[in-house]
Amino acid sequence: MAVYEHGYKPYAGSLTPEWSRFLILPRHAYRDTFRSKFFVAFFAVCYIYPLVAAILIYLHHNVNAIAMMQIDVRELVPINASFFHYFTTTQCSLGFFLTVLIGPPLVSRDLANNALPLYLSRPFTRKEYVVGKMSVIAILVSLITWVPGLLLFLLQAYLEGAGWLGSNLRIAGAIFLSSVVWIVVLAILSLSVSAWLKWRVVASGALLGILFIPSAFGAIINELFRTRIGNLISIGAIMNSLWRGLFGLFERQSGYMEGTRNGRMISVTFSEPPLWSSWLMLALICAFFVLLLMRKVRAYEVVK
Amino acid sequence: MNPVIELDGLGVTFGKRHILQDLRGTLGGRAIGLLGPNGAGKTTLIHTLLGFHPATEGTARIFGQDITTDAKRIRSLIGYMPERDSFIAKMSCVHFVRLMAELSGMPSDAALERAHESLFYVGLGEARYRTLDTYSLGMKQLAKLAQAIVHGPKLIILDEPTNGLDPPTRLRMIRLIREIRDSGEARIMLSSHLLRDVEECCDEILVLKDGRIAANCNLEEERKANRKFIELEMRGDNRAFADAVGRLGCEYAFTNERRLKLVLPEGVEISDLYRIAAEREVQIRRLNYKRDSLEDIFLKAMEGDATAATATTATTGGNGNGSL
Repeated sequence: MAVYEHGYKPYAGSLTPEWSRFLILPRHAYRDTFRSKFFVAFFAVCYIYPLVAAILIYLHHNVNAIAMMQIDVRELVPINASFFHYFTTTQCSLGFFLTVLIGPPLVSRDLANNALPLYLSRPFTRKEYVVGKMSVIAILVSLITWVPGLLLFLLQAYLEGAGWLGSNLRIAGAIFLSSVVWIVVLAILSLSVSAWLKWRVVASGALLGILFIPSAFGAIINELFRTRIGNLISIGAIMNSLWRGLFGLFERQSGYMEGTRNGRMISVTFSEPPLWSSWLMLALICAFFVLLLMRKVRAYEVVK
Repeated sequence: MNPVIELDGLGVTFGKRHILQDLRGTLGGRAIGLLGPNGAGKTTLIHTLLGFHPATEGTARIFGQDITTDAKRIRSLIGYMPERDSFIAKMSCVHFVRLMAELSGMPSDAALERAHESLFYVGLGEARYRTLDTYSLGMKQLAKLAQAIVHGPKLIILDEPTNGLDPPTRLRMIRLIREIRDSGEARIMLSSHLLRDVEECCDEILVLKDGRIAANCNLEEERKANRKFIELEMRGDNRAFADAVGRLGCEYAFTNERRLKLVLPEGVEISDLYRIAAEREVQIRRLNYKRDSLEDIFLKAMEGDATAATATTATTGGNGNGSL
């Protein structure tokens, strides 16, 4: 129907598959996101480390370059699980700051303008809405975490040979899983904060607070009670344990401390919480924030 | 005509409050008016039909699909224009309507084309690239209508579409609603406080009161049923004329000295009135078939609730026709 033929007509064309409709939200969100020059600059900065890592991997296998530099890069920066672990944690940290930039307005803007009834009056469920909004963060953070991570892994495998690939497949899995777990955590946290806090600046501050304030409390608890249980309320410490676990680098660190209490010598032995407790705490934190989020993502709030 | 909405003992409870109770009936009009005083449950009924609130008892069907089990499929058949301001900030109107079309399942290109078409259709063609934040209230209402019709739904639910509109914009909105209704391509459900809007657009009404159905009638049939209700304006010996028509079996009442309302019984025709008037040298200056206005129907439905009826008359600005 041409625009000059004014008249109501039903739509008789084809429809998109239902499973793919959540992707409409990120497509439209990126139009706005990439208008910000600051964001584009930051996004570009996120690729500096992958570029450096790619050069390092290349140098590892370029005999001429090693000879020219007169440094044994292989000894200085070995390409192993630690290399990829460090790469992943660094990129995941950048992913956090990327989320602080794009996460806060995602849901709050819709809530402030009462847009949810418009979304949810269509064949589009609350779950699809949440998944769609999460994928705004997930796609961008993936592009700077596991996607370049796996590309580096493949580059290394290509240059090193099939034997290396076979014996280090776990690293590929760890890169992917570590990133995905972090992306899910970031998406849940930022959407929940966005759903409850209207102002962008406050929401960004809250996101930073959620990461850093419990870490500070955890450190205080650890010091006061001579323990490492405080790590369990710090998302940073929990993720650190999980990442080490996934890369096969986790060892329960223990400590021993001596001191005096009431004039008597005492000694305290403490060790890091086990890996399963970190997984459990992370699941609980995520469940709590998902509950918060789903309370707000409704077409209309019912006053009982 | 196939039923659009079938209510089957539908009830909705929020906490301990019963908002909707035991709603039963079949609505099949081309345009269904949803009426009721504030708090009657109109918006809750719409939200329940859209699946925003779960039914706590009974169910309803839209085009034969159950709202409790086929909510998603039902929503693909519906276009919804909410009462309150609803839009996405920092987005041009055409982008907004396109997004809504895509969420309804239309491919991106088709959605863009339909977005342009529907904005031209509602009269926002020239302003379609402006962001919604810059729109006036009337333009926002029209944008909401555009997003409700962009995917060509079979049922369009309009919640207070003329709220806050100036007279020309209101007329434009009413004209659009009537055009859609007359196209026969979509059914309309219109919730409004303004009886005039409902009267102009709808051929069936559902009146809610305290969460229950107070009336459900076909306006056309209701009007036809009242054809024998006549209003006369006369000059001459009106009392003698009234006595004479009274002897024919007509019920009558004077609204003022020159105006008489009467109901013709079976067997009495208009020609009898003219004959009696001629015999008594009474001039009949005006003769109107007086039909029950929607307001009469509404007030009858609200009977027993004087407060609600008064409030509604006040909001409608009513044309207060006395009844016999």
